Amino acid sequence: MKEITVISGKGGTGKTSVTASFAVLAENHVITDCDVDAANLHLLLAPEIMEVKKYWGMPRVEINAAKCTGCGLCETLCRYDAVSGGAVDKLLCEGCLVCYHACPAGAMRPVENLAGEWYLSRTRYGPFVHARLGVAQDNSGKLVARVRQRARDLAEKTGRNLIITDGPPGIGCPVISALGGTDLALVVTEPTLSAMHDLVRVLDLAAHFGVRAAVCINKWDINPDNCRAVEDTCRDMNVPVLGRIPYDPAFMAAALEKKPVIKMTSTVVNDIISLWDCVKKELGL
Amino acid sequence: MIIAVASGKGGTGKTTVATSMALSLQDMSSEVTFIDCDVEEPNGHIFLCPQITGSDNIYIEVPEIDRQKCTRCGKCADLCAFNALLATSDEVIVFPEFCHGCGGCRYFCPVEAVTMMPKKIGTVEKGLAGRVKFARGRLEVGAALSPPVVDAVKKHSTDQGIIILDAPPGTSCPVIHSVRGSDFCLLVAEPTSFGLNDLDLAVQMVRSLGVPCGVLINRARERSCLIEKYCREHELNVLMKIPLSKDIAGAYSRGIPLGAVDGKWNKAFRRIYRDIRELVANEGNNRYQR
Repeated sequence: MKEITVISGKGGTGKTSVTASFAVLAENHVITDCDVDAANLHLLLAPEIMEVKKYWGMPRVEINAAKCTGCGLCETLCRYDAVSGGAVDKLLCEGCLVCYHACPAGAMRPVENLAGEWYLSRTRYGPFVHARLGVAQDNSGKLVARVRQRARDLAEKTGRNLIITDGPPGIGCPVISALGGTDLALVVTEPTLSAMHDLVRVLDLAAHFGVRAAVCINKWDINPDNCRAVEDTCRDMNVPVLGRIPYDPAFMAAALEKKPVIKMTSTVVNDIISLWDCVKKELGL
Repeated sequence: MIIAVASGKGGTGKTTVATSMALSLQDMSSEVTFIDCDVEEPNGHIFLCPQITGSDNIYIEVPEIDRQKCTRCGKCADLCAFNALLATSDEVIVFPEFCHGCGGCRYFCPVEAVTMMPKKIGTVEKGLAGRVKFARGRLEVGAALSPPVVDAVKKHSTDQGIIILDAPPGTSCPVIHSVRGSDFCLLVAEPTSFGLNDLDLAVQMVRSLGVPCGVLINRARERSCLIEKYCREHELNVLMKIPLSKDIAGAYSRGIPLGAVDGKWNKAFRRIYRDIRELVANEGNNRYQR
């Protein structure tokens, strides 16, 4: 089984539009959305939800005022400044439970924390595993791992040989969780100084974790000089550039019509098809 | 006055707005500070070109096990909520990348075999861009935990003058650490179904923090009413619109802030600042007002 994870470093470069198009073009695959705190792929795939599961995040603690002796040990021990004046700030608490284990009066109580949901859905383009992290929740990396595990189980059970994953932006915890063990990280970038700066960091991240990476340059014609600079950078870093996609209003129009851009009438369709062919070759499919 | 610039969706124009706003306000206030809280992918420096004058490393404390003292009782691994410790019959293995630095393993070790050692997870740099004070956090590549770097760079906010925070995308912990404690959050949205979906998530997040917010529509077109309709329904002020423009996109690709494309944007950002000040005053939340 193979997995391709579409990431970008910088947000808004076109990850989701590219992923949705791959979902249309691929065969015998499972689709996942690992951008769990601002998921968008479902908007293009019109999923019919078959299964909803609760996602329990890290627990939070509560103080039982009747038992609390006010010794202040919890406040001293908490590295996150989450306990003060006999109350716990749930947004700062990370759920390490050090205070709970340490409290001499047994006044701390862990409380289960419903931190989101994840879904198994049916779409026209294949089964789809996605999630929704609750508002102001932490540990999206754990939810990403949950979504990917479910997708792998499903692919194994149904004999599907490919997982297509829409990844999160950035280089932190959810991205690391989305990259671990994937076969190819396709970085969608654009020829802007910001995206180029972020591209180098995300390629360094892939290299750090030993993940093979490749690049696709979206909106390449908005700045052809920068586009050449991106290609030079990729050559220096020994990363293949698998495709270039021009700026095309079809991307925005498709997002408004809530369908994958590959379903639009535009010359960009051919560019995405040839990108997909290169990705397949890179994956050995 | 602390203004956080955020958005659920990435790439909507947060950094363009935050840097252009900081530059336009430098003649208006004696002190303007720009703080780049997008520590995973900081980009503010591309538009502000600051002179960096100082840099600090940011660490969290991760456990180191003294094998001589360790009895392999496994208590530390049982207590670790983040699965950063694994006790085998021979040794205790530390996975520092999973560690959140809670210190529980050290506190509960019955034989004092655990010492906390600093592990670098990022840097905070400060400098000056014209008259704008500049600070940015940078997460070390390979480090997972960005909130401590966000907290560290935010220490550069003072209670004087105007502080503009450029927040990361999304709605989870790094964003919460960025936006929390601000007087106002300006949400940058683009008129697509993605933009609307993520604006809604961002509004819920900001409201759960009790921070007042307003919306700036970027890449606005004539028929960009879906965001405006949402704002009307949710009692949000649309404070400004920036049109979809090839000139602006081209300037962005070269790292040029809006005020340098057309001086009218400086005026527009000074006006939006005055509007925000009024909104904050109306909220009765004027702690940082001069």
